Amino acid sequence: MSIWKLVIAEILHRKLNFGLGLLSVVVAIACLVGAFTLLRAHDLRTDRVIAAKELETQKQMAVMEDDYRKIMKELGFNVLILPGDQNLGDLYARGYASHYMPEEYAHRLAASDAMSVRHLLPSLQQKLEWPERGRTVILAGVRGEIPLLHYADKEPMLVAVPPGTMVLGYELHRSLQLAEGDRVEFLGRNFTVGRCNAERGTKDDITIWIDLREAQTLLGKEGQINGILALKCHCEGSSLDQLRREIARLLPETRVIEFASRLTTRAEARDRATRTARESIAAERAHRMRLRLEREELAAVLVPLVLLASALWIGFLSFTNVRERRAEIGILRALGLSTRPILSIFLLKALAMGVLGALAGYALGFVAGSSWDEISLADQPELFDPLILLISAISAPLLSCMASWLPAILASQQDPALALKEE
Amino acid sequence: MILQMSAIGKRFSSPEGTVQALESVSLSVAAGELVVVEGPSGCGKSTLLLAAGGLLAPDQGQVRVDDQDLYALNPERRARFRARSIGFVFQQFHLIPYLSVFDNVLAPSMALPRPEAENRALQLIETLGLSDRQRHFPPTLSTGERQRTALARALLNQPQLLLADEPTGNLDPQNTDAVFAHLAEFAQAGGAVLVVTHDAQAARHTGRVVALRGGRMVDDRNHQTLQPEEGDQNQRSVP
Repeated sequence: MSIWKLVIAEILHRKLNFGLGLLSVVVAIACLVGAFTLLRAHDLRTDRVIAAKELETQKQMAVMEDDYRKIMKELGFNVLILPGDQNLGDLYARGYASHYMPEEYAHRLAASDAMSVRHLLPSLQQKLEWPERGRTVILAGVRGEIPLLHYADKEPMLVAVPPGTMVLGYELHRSLQLAEGDRVEFLGRNFTVGRCNAERGTKDDITIWIDLREAQTLLGKEGQINGILALKCHCEGSSLDQLRREIARLLPETRVIEFASRLTTRAEARDRATRTARESIAAERAHRMRLRLEREELAAVLVPLVLLASALWIGFLSFTNVRERRAEIGILRALGLSTRPILSIFLLKALAMGVLGALAGYALGFVAGSSWDEISLADQPELFDPLILLISAISAPLLSCMASWLPAILASQQDPALALKEE
Repeated sequence: MILQMSAIGKRFSSPEGTVQALESVSLSVAAGELVVVEGPSGCGKSTLLLAAGGLLAPDQGQVRVDDQDLYALNPERRARFRARSIGFVFQQFHLIPYLSVFDNVLAPSMALPRPEAENRALQLIETLGLSDRQRHFPPTLSTGERQRTALARALLNQPQLLLADEPTGNLDPQNTDAVFAHLAEFAQAGGAVLVVTHDAQAARHTGRVVALRGGRMVDDRNHQTLQPEEGDQNQRSVP
């Protein structure tokens, strides 16, 4: 007859005692495994959420990129066409070109079928003194848009200034106390104030707009302009270099500068969207991290408490078991069993309790932990961690044996004569 | 001599005072001898028996079994010696309730594993008339069957000394005779038997009766029935 047989027979005989101890181990290990699995499930779910968010962002970025591409394609390039010998330093210092080119260039561009321009605005600008009012102003002669052969139905971007009228910048009409309808003399000619612009905070505030022909006459530049603003330019290939080449072919004596890059705009928009998406993902990650910390903190308190309570309960049950078996221990000692086998009888029982508790507790904890965070059945295998199983397999028998150690020692040290005499 | 107890003294302390359980008791039991120690309750019989079995160290004197000073051995070696050489039978049987008759009889093999233990257990069960009860559990047995199971268990390791504490205290005359017959049979086979009992009639089953009164041995004679002495029901208190 082996000690194991005695242990198993005793377990089957005192099922309640063993069952209560086993339940305690199961709860403790389930709590331990549940906490580990919950955190692991949380990490898995975080990865999934972040991955989904990143994928969604990528999709949105792709859609947005496409949208921008379409929008930009439709917008085309905005370019300023200048006389070929124009020094850019002078241009930026003055705010307008110091050299001139024939107005006919604008018509040539409008008639081209190799490229298309949505809006074509030729102008003649020059800084001068308004002798009648003693002011320095910028005179801008504009004629509205050149009619375009390929965009007959377009909406005009700029309304032409009718001959005999002028449009005044904010600073001029404010300081000179001029209003729409007032008659003013400019360079010896009479004009009616057609419109007073609102403040723009640019050189426009000291600009006077009049009809291009009248400006050419006043400045002695008949048939001359010093800039063509071409908006929404398109050509085959839709690249700036290609557009420049096309304009150079049509207008060999000019140079082209782009004053708002669609690529830059697109990149800025994309960067802004990327930044927003990143911030959104980072916020989600931070939220998940906070949640994880909260769960970690709860587990850090709950698990040791449950383990301690379980150990105390097992110890109590073992102690009860020892007391209940005093006579049995006495007779086993009388039969010749020394302290070591008596000790092993109780520790083997604790070991059995620990091993069974580890298996059942692991299963329970795994199911509870994995179902807590909406982890699908298909993903549950990913939560399986052999290390946690190993920890359970070691910690449960250890917990059970340590809790039963003192009662087992008491049993093995029990005076058999006393137990037998008491009976 | 299988058992030699020389000038054994044992006292117990309690809140009520000190009790002298045994006082200079000397007793020898030879191989083939069945000795009955008779005396009233509380006269020190059980203490004497536990001391003889190596379970209760005396304060004075020496206990030798098969020429081995029991209390000179360390507890581990004494337990092993007890498993090999001494068998116990108790009035309350002390069967393990969750083991069958067969497993109860086999229980001493946990202390002294032997390959022939199972056959020996079956043989004892048959000899003691328990064959049809070997798969039964103690609570379902009659008192006579329980005591025979306890006797079979005591005999499993073929001890030289059998110690029986009131073995027939709960038995009817028929079972009493049967148990004593088995004890006598064991003695005739070369074993030594020491029975302690408060039953003066038990003397008729043996050739030698030792009377114990108040922790002291007052008589040791053959084939005589001792009458209990008036006023000597309790042990003598030592101030």
